[in-house]
Amino acid sequence: SSHEHKLNFKKSKEACLSYLQDAMLQKQWKRAAEFLTFYVESLEKDYSREPVGPSEMIWRIGTEILCHHSRSNMKEFNCFMEQMKTLGVKRYLKVCLEHVFHLLCNGQIDEAYQNLSLAESWRFGEQTAIQDKEMKLIQAYRGLLDYYNWSKQKNILLEHGKCADGFADLSVEQEMHSCFRKAAVNLKEIIKIPGVWDLFVKCYVDMLEFYGDHNEACQVLNEYAYNSKFPANPNAHVYLYQFLKRQGESKKSLISALKILHDIVPSHELMIDFNTMLQKSKKRKKRRLGLEVIFAALDYAGWKENVKAWSCLARQVKQIVIAEKHLDWIKQEWSSRKDWWPAFHFSRYLAKRNWQENKSLSYEKALVAGILLGKDCKYFKYVSHQGCKAQVKKFRMLKKFVNRHNPVYLRISG
Amino acid sequence: RDFNERCAQCSEVNWGLTDGGRYYCRSCHNVTERTREVVNTDFMTNSRVQTISKGSRKQEKDGIGCEWYVCEGFQLVLKKQAEALEALGVCPQMKDEVLYNFWRCYLQKSKQAYCNRPAGETVKALSVCESSTDVDSEPERPNFLHLLSLSESEGDLQTDCSLASSMSKVSESTSIYSGSVDGSLYLMKNRKEKLRMTMPMTLSFCYMALLWLREPITLSELLRFVVEGHIPYLNVFQHFPEKMKLCGLDLKIFCVESWPVYEEVYNKMLELAAFLDLPRFPDITDSCFLHPDMLCIKYLMEANLPDELHNWTCRVVKKIGIGEVDFLTLVPGNKSTRKVKYDILAAAVIVVVLKLLFLLDDHYEWSLSDFAEERNKNNKEVCLFYSGALYFEFKKWYKVVKHSLDVEQKKLDEERAKYLWRCEKPLFYSVKNKSKVLKRRQMVVNLQNQFGKLSGSVRRAEKPNPSSFQLSWSEENTDGSCFHGHSLKGILQEKCGLLTAMNPDYWLCTVKLCNEKLCGHLAHYREVDFPQSYHFVLRLFSFLLRIQPSYIHDEVCMIEHKLFNKKLYKKLKYNTVLRK
Repeated sequence: SSHEHKLNFKKSKEACLSYLQDAMLQKQWKRAAEFLTFYVESLEKDYSREPVGPSEMIWRIGTEILCHHSRSNMKEFNCFMEQMKTLGVKRYLKVCLEHVFHLLCNGQIDEAYQNLSLAESWRFGEQTAIQDKEMKLIQAYRGLLDYYNWSKQKNILLEHGKCADGFADLSVEQEMHSCFRKAAVNLKEIIKIPGVWDLFVKCYVDMLEFYGDHNEACQVLNEYAYNSKFPANPNAHVYLYQFLKRQGESKKSLISALKILHDIVPSHELMIDFNTMLQKSKKRKKRRLGLEVIFAALDYAGWKENVKAWSCLARQVKQIVIAEKHLDWIKQEWSSRKDWWPAFHFSRYLAKRNWQENKSLSYEKALVAGILLGKDCKYFKYVSHQGCKAQVKKFRMLKKFVNRHNPVYLRISG
Repeated sequence: RDFNERCAQCSEVNWGLTDGGRYYCRSCHNVTERTREVVNTDFMTNSRVQTISKGSRKQEKDGIGCEWYVCEGFQLVLKKQAEALEALGVCPQMKDEVLYNFWRCYLQKSKQAYCNRPAGETVKALSVCESSTDVDSEPERPNFLHLLSLSESEGDLQTDCSLASSMSKVSESTSIYSGSVDGSLYLMKNRKEKLRMTMPMTLSFCYMALLWLREPITLSELLRFVVEGHIPYLNVFQHFPEKMKLCGLDLKIFCVESWPVYEEVYNKMLELAAFLDLPRFPDITDSCFLHPDMLCIKYLMEANLPDELHNWTCRVVKKIGIGEVDFLTLVPGNKSTRKVKYDILAAAVIVVVLKLLFLLDDHYEWSLSDFAEERNKNNKEVCLFYSGALYFEFKKWYKVVKHSLDVEQKKLDEERAKYLWRCEKPLFYSVKNKSKVLKRRQMVVNLQNQFGKLSGSVRRAEKPNPSSFQLSWSEENTDGSCFHGHSLKGILQEKCGLLTAMNPDYWLCTVKLCNEKLCGHLAHYREVDFPQSYHFVLRLFSFLLRIQPSYIHDEVCMIEHKLFNKKLYKKLKYNTVLRK
């Protein structure tokens, strides 16, 4: 019959759930807890046809409530999580993993480790294969905690090194090596899978470097940065660069490491290092790239007041102007910027502000402005005037320099 | 054991039973081809029928339970419900006489088609019934039932029954699995057959008995008491004795997961009354609680409307003849008359009266109200002197009642969301999933405890005491929120010695009534098609009676058509003439 309004179990629980969700949205944790007590009996009914069943709802909602409720504590939380683990075998590893995250967030490293070990040993027929991804994650996190232990042992050793306590060292050392072995196995596994594993990579490389396995470290980092199967990740390149730097590699390799970073994140802070290296290069192409890099970085608002960046640009521009070679480089870079950089960087307002706040900044910028926009531009005029008024020597030099090279501006802007 | 032959191999008389039900000699392990006649070893065999009729029932030592039939279960349910009603104030006659007789009559009538018996044995069954009516004095009614169904000791029935209840030989397909003896038969029956008993039908039985005794409980009230928990319905199987095990198909019969709906219970009651061949019910006269004049008093009070409106409801009732004994009294089986739903009828009368006096077109009632407000302001001092009644202001009434209604509705909605359907006695479909069910239950209880503690001091409120009135208004309230004593003076006028409404207009809810048998309703109510004030009034009574507004709307249409019959007839005739 058409009794759609008939109140039945299902409708009653739907209404309950909606009240529950409302209370959560409004952060009324007591009320949410209340409605949850009425909702839990949905577990006794079969919802296998629904996409999200009550067991998952209860797990997620219960977790939220226990996280935020003032009277809840880790003991309650752990007890709850243990129950949730028994609720759905298809979700077992996921629940374990999230439980571990919570433990870590609450500083319970040991409990987290125990849980991870326990989860690692879980087997359940074909579910084990289906939940393979979660298992890998669990192993990876255990590897991470192993690294953490390794790190602790290492620090102890280094401390003892200062005190020269021979015997205690041995057990610590052994412990440390064992942690390394355990960690290495798992970390190595996870970073094989395409993904973003920054933390794991860093830790693994840290250990490899300590034990002097630079080849392996280099390989790992190269894989991470250059394997096309992995998602584009600026950090991968940063790690590689930092490693190469530590290893004292040639400028050539350092430069090549930063190339892709510039492509992905032109505003990265390492662009300064990049430009510095490129400027000094003997190769024309590299110097050209350097100019491109520094101009590109300064396109970003975050760099507007970065003295270092401006000084890089100023240095390179000055060099080009003095040498009177490759002015076309500046012209090329400037052509797409001349419409908006003046207002962006070289307004009168900014001139005043920069002068007030940061004289070095205004100096560098004034130099660039003077070259790019000529001696009559607002920025240069103001700053150089102020500088000369303040009788700061370098500003007088600046003024002279720009005046002397004014024709350059005409050539650039043309 | 009753197998006393000597073993062919070793001549011993020491028999055991294999899993396959064959006899084997314990001394020499010789297996015979002899099998037990009756398949199950756990339950009584046919040969023990005589002992049952004496009133004792063989219990099982291994705790599996005893045999029980589905209608025994229902009988228990009815007993519990009747007891609850008695506790609410219904006369004991209901339980001891009326309901019991109805039930017995039902068993008799339905038993004829209840079991698969050849026609010849039907007569036997009846005669057994009659002779056993003297068994009234027996304290244990279930035995009486046993007599009815176990009197045929041979025949397929018994093997069917015992097959159904055999636990040792259960085929894992749960289709024939149930704790009751005839659970599977019960559900497998052709639905068209005589009125199979269901849980909602227990309420139909109750209501029928209440109606027979003309007790002052309407069907909507009965259903409300059920939802509020004063009358056992949900999880009533908790009260079955330990030995009556419920599992398998019994769950489908006794476990309800929805609240019964008015229409459902009412229609079944009519079917039942006809099925039992009941005579005309006791007269509903104008001194009866269920008479519209009486019910209108109650509803007017509850709706916080002026007592003066009662004159009007009586007038309407009289005019259209719905206060007549013959109209109101139930005559089962009479298909020609429309059956009366007393509560809905009374509510609808009030709605019609409000429409007559206030029009309820979203304009007129408000201007009347403004007018009354003016009068009240001017007469303030006069009122103080004469303690004359205030003029009834629709606007004020609307505000006050709407506020209370919204509050109560909100409470009700939350209550519905907080309803707990499961009980401590867990049910499982089969022994297989018993442990799973128990584990789940344990987890639910744990979670309830854990989060219950975090709910703060909010303890689940105890069941409210059953009350006949859901909204109450007191004249003692100085805030003027009670309108019972208010006067309708402002909206009435005198014409030829008769008081009539100032409102000259009326709008019909519908010009033509639908055929109820075809589309289930007399009219089709959609909120957007009608004025807000009308919808509000429907909403108010819909809340009080816990039914959908459309049902009240149907009755309103019916009343209007009776009231304006002549005018409508004229109009219809005029229209048809035009077309020609």
